[in-house]
Amino acid sequence: MTWRSPLAVVRDAWRSQRAREKDLRNLVSNLPYEGLEKAKQPNRYFPGNAIKTTKYTLLLFIPMNLFEQFHRLANLYFVGLAILNFIPVVNAFQPEVALIPICVILSLTALKDAWEDFRRYQSDRKLNNTPCLIYSRKEEQFTERRWKDVRVGDFVKVFSNEIIPADLLLLHTSDPNRVCLIETANLDGETNLKQRRVVPGLCTMDPEFDPESFNGVVVCEKPNNNLNHFKCYVESPDKEKVGAGIESLLLRGCTVRNTDHAVGFVVYAGHETKSMLNNNGSRYKRSRLERRLNIDVFFCLILLFTMCLIGAVGHFVWLQALPSVPPYLVPDSKGHLDSPALSGFYMFFTMIILLQVLIPISLYVSIELVKVGQIFFITNDIDLYDEETDSRMQCRALNITEDLGQIQYIFSDKTGTLTENKMVFRRCSIMGNEYPHKENAIRLNILEEAESEDEVLFNQRPQPSQTGWSLDAEDTKPGDKHHHPGIQRKSKVSGNAKGDVAFSSPLETEVIPDRKLLQQISRPEFRIGSRQEKEPYMDFFLALAICNTVVVSMATAQRRRGSWFMPSSSTNNPLDTMSTWMKRASRIFTCWRRKPKQKRAEDSVIEEDHFNASVIREETEDVNGLQTCSLHALSQFKKPALTSDNVRYEAESPDEAALVYAAKAYGFTLLARTPDSVTVRLPSGEDLVFEVLDTLAFDSNRKRMSVLVRHPKTGEYVLYTKGADYAIMELLGTPYAEHLSGSQKNIAAETQYFLDCYAKEGLRTLCITKKVVSDKEFESWSVSRRKALAAIEKREELVMDTAVQLETNLSLLGATGIEDRLQESVPDTILALREAGIQVWVLTGDKPETAVNIGYACRLLEEEDLVINMSCKNKLNCTSILDCTLEEVRRYSADPRNVDTTPDISLVIDGRTLAMALSSDLQSRFVDLARRCRSVLCCRVTPLQKSKVVKVVREKLKVMTLAVGDGANDVNMIQAADIGVGISGQEGMQAVMASDFAISRFKHLRKLLLVHGHWCYSRLANMIIYFFYKNVAYVNLLFWYQFFCGFSGTAMIDYWLMIFFNLFFTSVPPIMFGIMDKDVSAEILMGVPELYRTGQGSGEYTFSTFWISILDAFYQSLVCFFIPYLAYQDSDIDVFTFGTPLNTISLFTILLHLSIEIKSWTVVHWAIMLGSVALYFIVTLAYSAICITCNPPSNPYWILQSQMADPIFYLICIITTVVALLPRYMFHVLRNSITPSPLLQARCLDRLNSCERDLFIKEWRGFRGGGYVKRSRLSTPPSPTLETPMDNSPQSPSASDILEDEFVLNVITENYQGPGHTKDSLVT
Amino acid sequence: MVKEEQPESVNRPDNTAFTQQRLPAWQPMLSAGIIIPGFVLIGLAFIGIGVALFVTSRSIQMLEMDYTGYEQNSPCFKCSDESVKNCMCNLDFNIDTLFKGPVFFYYGLSNYFQNFRRYGVSKDLDQLSGDMDAFLDPTSDCAPYQYDGNNKPIVPCGAVANSMFNDTFKLYQIVKGVKKLVPLDGKGIAWWTDYNIKYRNPTVKPLKNAFNGTVKPLNWPKPAYELDPSDPANNGFINQDFLVWLRTAALPNFSKLYRRITEGDYAEGLPAGNYSLEIAYNYPVLSFDGRKKVVFSNVSWMGGKNEFLGIAYLVIGSMCVVMSIVMLIVYAKFKFPEED
Repeated sequence: MTWRSPLAVVRDAWRSQRAREKDLRNLVSNLPYEGLEKAKQPNRYFPGNAIKTTKYTLLLFIPMNLFEQFHRLANLYFVGLAILNFIPVVNAFQPEVALIPICVILSLTALKDAWEDFRRYQSDRKLNNTPCLIYSRKEEQFTERRWKDVRVGDFVKVFSNEIIPADLLLLHTSDPNRVCLIETANLDGETNLKQRRVVPGLCTMDPEFDPESFNGVVVCEKPNNNLNHFKCYVESPDKEKVGAGIESLLLRGCTVRNTDHAVGFVVYAGHETKSMLNNNGSRYKRSRLERRLNIDVFFCLILLFTMCLIGAVGHFVWLQALPSVPPYLVPDSKGHLDSPALSGFYMFFTMIILLQVLIPISLYVSIELVKVGQIFFITNDIDLYDEETDSRMQCRALNITEDLGQIQYIFSDKTGTLTENKMVFRRCSIMGNEYPHKENAIRLNILEEAESEDEVLFNQRPQPSQTGWSLDAEDTKPGDKHHHPGIQRKSKVSGNAKGDVAFSSPLETEVIPDRKLLQQISRPEFRIGSRQEKEPYMDFFLALAICNTVVVSMATAQRRRGSWFMPSSSTNNPLDTMSTWMKRASRIFTCWRRKPKQKRAEDSVIEEDHFNASVIREETEDVNGLQTCSLHALSQFKKPALTSDNVRYEAESPDEAALVYAAKAYGFTLLARTPDSVTVRLPSGEDLVFEVLDTLAFDSNRKRMSVLVRHPKTGEYVLYTKGADYAIMELLGTPYAEHLSGSQKNIAAETQYFLDCYAKEGLRTLCITKKVVSDKEFESWSVSRRKALAAIEKREELVMDTAVQLETNLSLLGATGIEDRLQESVPDTILALREAGIQVWVLTGDKPETAVNIGYACRLLEEEDLVINMSCKNKLNCTSILDCTLEEVRRYSADPRNVDTTPDISLVIDGRTLAMALSSDLQSRFVDLARRCRSVLCCRVTPLQKSKVVKVVREKLKVMTLAVGDGANDVNMIQAADIGVGISGQEGMQAVMASDFAISRFKHLRKLLLVHGHWCYSRLANMIIYFFYKNVAYVNLLFWYQFFCGFSGTAMIDYWLMIFFNLFFTSVPPIMFGIMDKDVSAEILMGVPELYRTGQGSGEYTFSTFWISILDAFYQSLVCFFIPYLAYQDSDIDVFTFGTPLNTISLFTILLHLSIEIKSWTVVHWAIMLGSVALYFIVTLAYSAICITCNPPSNPYWILQSQMADPIFYLICIITTVVALLPRYMFHVLRNSITPSPLLQARCLDRLNSCERDLFIKEWRGFRGGGYVKRSRLSTPPSPTLETPMDNSPQSPSASDILEDEFVLNVITENYQGPGHTKDSLVT
Repeated sequence: MVKEEQPESVNRPDNTAFTQQRLPAWQPMLSAGIIIPGFVLIGLAFIGIGVALFVTSRSIQMLEMDYTGYEQNSPCFKCSDESVKNCMCNLDFNIDTLFKGPVFFYYGLSNYFQNFRRYGVSKDLDQLSGDMDAFLDPTSDCAPYQYDGNNKPIVPCGAVANSMFNDTFKLYQIVKGVKKLVPLDGKGIAWWTDYNIKYRNPTVKPLKNAFNGTVKPLNWPKPAYELDPSDPANNGFINQDFLVWLRTAALPNFSKLYRRITEGDYAEGLPAGNYSLEIAYNYPVLSFDGRKKVVFSNVSWMGGKNEFLGIAYLVIGSMCVVMSIVMLIVYAKFKFPEED
């Protein structure tokens, strides 16, 4: 390194800062500058690719860590006490001794931090040293370097199945279509393949890409953490700009799939990559219990000060009362005695030191430990494990487990949360004709039944052959398909147990065509253009096949997944460490099977997802030798081997896949998709290749997407659009049917009718339209489109504007109804949650009709509920509706007829009304109304409204809220609630990333809340109360002694033993109590959800329980002090010999007190309790045998030994312990006998055998709930599949009522449409 | 308990009784059904222990006499004035029946806070365990009894040593008007470990030389190596009286063992008759409202006389029995959930 003037260094730093802060970056290739010194490098201002997630450096660890730790108030308290002890006039112990607690705590924490940091360092180093290929001009080829050597402006080559080292702008791929497929599972958990394409303007079609020929300037935006947006353009030397977006960016951490190799230009490296910017540590939330706890700690502080004040005043009075100077009063070193007032003042501080343990500082450490243990058990619960996705419950927030036991409101998303988000094509209407697809419905029904049966029988049946479902799926005739769906289902479970590929079950992929519709399109004369009236049918299916972003791959292509360490998130919490250990241990067992693994993946856990074993070997070679013989779906498309049978579709949104499969069922098979073309096979066997001119992607504002293609036959530009009905209906131009001869029906109106019917059935609806764009229109549009794409500023708006510009005058082809089935056990779960006293709200973006139906299906709404439907268009109406509804509801609940029954009022409200109701003046009225409703259903709400609802309810009602959702639109809501639960489903991981807990099925919520929530809460609450008790009881012994030693701050217990008492002898049992105590068994908690109510509100941890336990502590300490005092009065006992029985007694009292509280004793309990007692005696005996003259003034030598030789010692211990615990014991006994709490009754149930228990639970619930009759009536839940034809109840409002009325206030009791009620004449 | 044979899923939690929280557990139910017999048993046991303790404590003979000289008619009244030096007084008493031996002779102080924090700290254990370095440089804990006015180190330093109790007693039995000295045994009154292990004299012979350059505590009439002229092994830091005093009392009213009566005619105890206790009254206590007393007592397996423990056991035992009756009534009145 040459010497540089400091000025230059400063200037350079300033420049680099400015370069990084600029909104636009100009990046050029590094190649011309290769080998030059750093100051000449054009991209020197941007950080390299080496990452460093460690907090500390080796040298600065101690000061930095100490600085960090002293941010905690508790540690400052300790330090303050230690310093206080160094002041001679106030010290209570040897000054050095007072340093022990703070040193122990600081060093333990430092050790933990150091360990975590070291692990981060290790994972950083591993990542930084991962090999990769960077182009070198000197060697004129890609040379192997390390990830840390990658710089902005380099050219990096990645091979199939490799992880991308930095954010790369894709410049070249081996694929002839210039695309590269990536899997972003490491970033967001989405396992479907995503297509990235080469920056459009740079079409070098050569098989080998020469980086030296790249001479453009890449202008890109400042790095940000948005994974779905990227803006940049490439400016060639002749000033021509080519825009590129996220579709050309390969993100760091993603894996290249099915693409032989790709070359990219590094735009962001290291900490500026999108994946690193997204990498936030785990979140910190403070639980409600902890907030309460802090108040009580404050009370303890007051108590401490009171006691110290008593000590100080006592000392003053005692000194005042002395007639002259007695021989035991020691003056200071100069022989001078302080005045009583001054001594009293000093004594105050001495007392603080002496009684410091009263503030349970160790409580915080213990709570953390307890939570780690609780989380360990939650994540290890096999009932919360999902077989299909091989995922267990995840706790992302580490310190709010006990909040799970106090939930009062649940806000749930619908799609993907209550439902599977596995879309199944159910029915469609084309040109105003309905095709009900009855066979398909039957198949779905049978499949569902078979599925549940299959799960029961699964273990007994022999394993089916490994032949994939998709190979024989089409071979079986539709007629006999439903005879063995069970077997197919099974093969799915066994052959594809990982389930990481979405939409692969036969349920979704197979659609049985409607016979009528099939006849319609398969008539022999049906050819393109042959007859005009067939054309809309043709277009409809073409639209289904084309208008999407589905990626086609081969069913037989294997995919390998390597889980890649996200550097900091994996090491941030102690639980991860724990589970890593567990994993490591288990890996010892399994590693012999995994020996032949590729070199690079040693750090990652590899899952092989294969269809047949032989492929693996191939693949292993592939990675080792970097030679490729993999089966690339795309490269094989042109080969004749490709059949329509073994294509597999991977879609970002499940309904797209459902539509493509539906089209396939009718013979319109999507064969291939490249950025520029779509190949569709027609029923006739003919392959049509459409040139794709543009794709107008879906966004939530437009609620639609379009694809603009050029028809290969007619050569005209066709725009296919699909979208939500209300978004489409406004854009319709002249009805398509108008030019049809003869029939002049209004297709739009017909279709709208069917759409409403679909919605009532709970189906998701989509409208499909077509538009023929004239050449001239296209020309002018494409110019503005290109401009918009190359823009950097306001790009989103411009792009959207161009999309809106084109999507006008659409002609309606038809509509589809897609069923999104409820997840298993959703109705049971919701019912159980409601019995547990939790109000369930469902917030959905769906139409009210769809939502209401799903509401009935999942038992959110009951048939005899009073359903209030609120929908209004202006605020005035809204106010009046709210007022009179509220009045109505009040009257209803005040009605004497309804006193006995719980007022089951449900509210259905739509987004627009909700927005008004949530405005600040109506808020309180709305909340008041909602509070009285048993369940609330909000339809057509936006993500922002979802979070607003949660916030309003949470703040207005001061209740504990939980939000559960699975998609990006739920993130706001999840973050607004006290507890956010993410469902890791089909929609990626954004919800999970934002959540505190992640589950894989909605039904898991039941056990999570009812069992784990209850346990965690009651365990922690009891442990905290016990902790307070423990400290007060122990410290008060010292306090009472002050009355007998002139308030001089003498401790009669050796200080080491005092520290050990808290640190070792009595610390483990409460922690174990907090982790493992089980008041009621899981079965009972699941069976009797009402038990959950005990934790709601303030639950077991209330003001009174705290003070009762403090009073008990006072009583016990009085007993523990005064019985030995009276027994040893007037004797020759010395200070520390007197303290020994006191210490022993309080050990027994404190531990036995805990054993009264412990509800169930396992081996672990016994071991820890007996171990603690044994430890006390062993340590104390050893200490008093070794310590002859150490630790003055206490003379522990041989004291316990001499005491243990004295029978009086034992007699005192026995009687004191008994007297101390008698009141609490009696209290428990009497309370249990006279007014047994529900929990106690439940515990009694636990002791019965399972058969009796079930009987008892039934009876009991009937008795307690007061609604037994009602529940039994409901015990056969209405089938969620909508196939039982029933009459439409006359008073049910039709869809048009809701849509067109100024406002509707439907207060309909009893016979409001049930889930199956809406079946109408269409079925037949 | 592990059911899993082939771990096909990496994330699958272990299905063990521990991780699934299904360990077999004992769930005690605090209900009267189990409690009543338990209470009766505990109550009876306690009553038994209580009776034994009470009877034993009753059988212990104890004689306690205050000699502070606070009252005018007290024999030691003249000595209670601090200005009187080397005051002697006699305390006469008589014993009706044989005071069974071995008789323990205690002196007692009340309102004396040996447990005062700064008092208890004020000694140098290094010094007391014979460390010669600590002779010349006592610990600062001893201040202000660390150095004397001439800056010479005090050995043994500190307030505890300085304030050592220095009344001495001689007990005479008056047989036919003649005073007969009752032999008092001063050996073995301190803890064995204190005498043999914890406190040590320096190995210098003669002991006196070890104390060169040091001064005796201010209040002491004689230096440490001359505490017991009769027995050379009872001098220095292992003087039994000194050791007894060093074991600072836990409570402000305490008694400390002075001598035992185990020898000669009195091995069986003190026979009935008149006795006279000759007290060399040196220790001032009135400055802090203190009292001095002498106590003669014999001991049993439970130590000295203390009726409290026996009574406590009796009371608690009977309470348990009463409680079990109460619970029986409760039991009869309320059905218990488990009995349903």
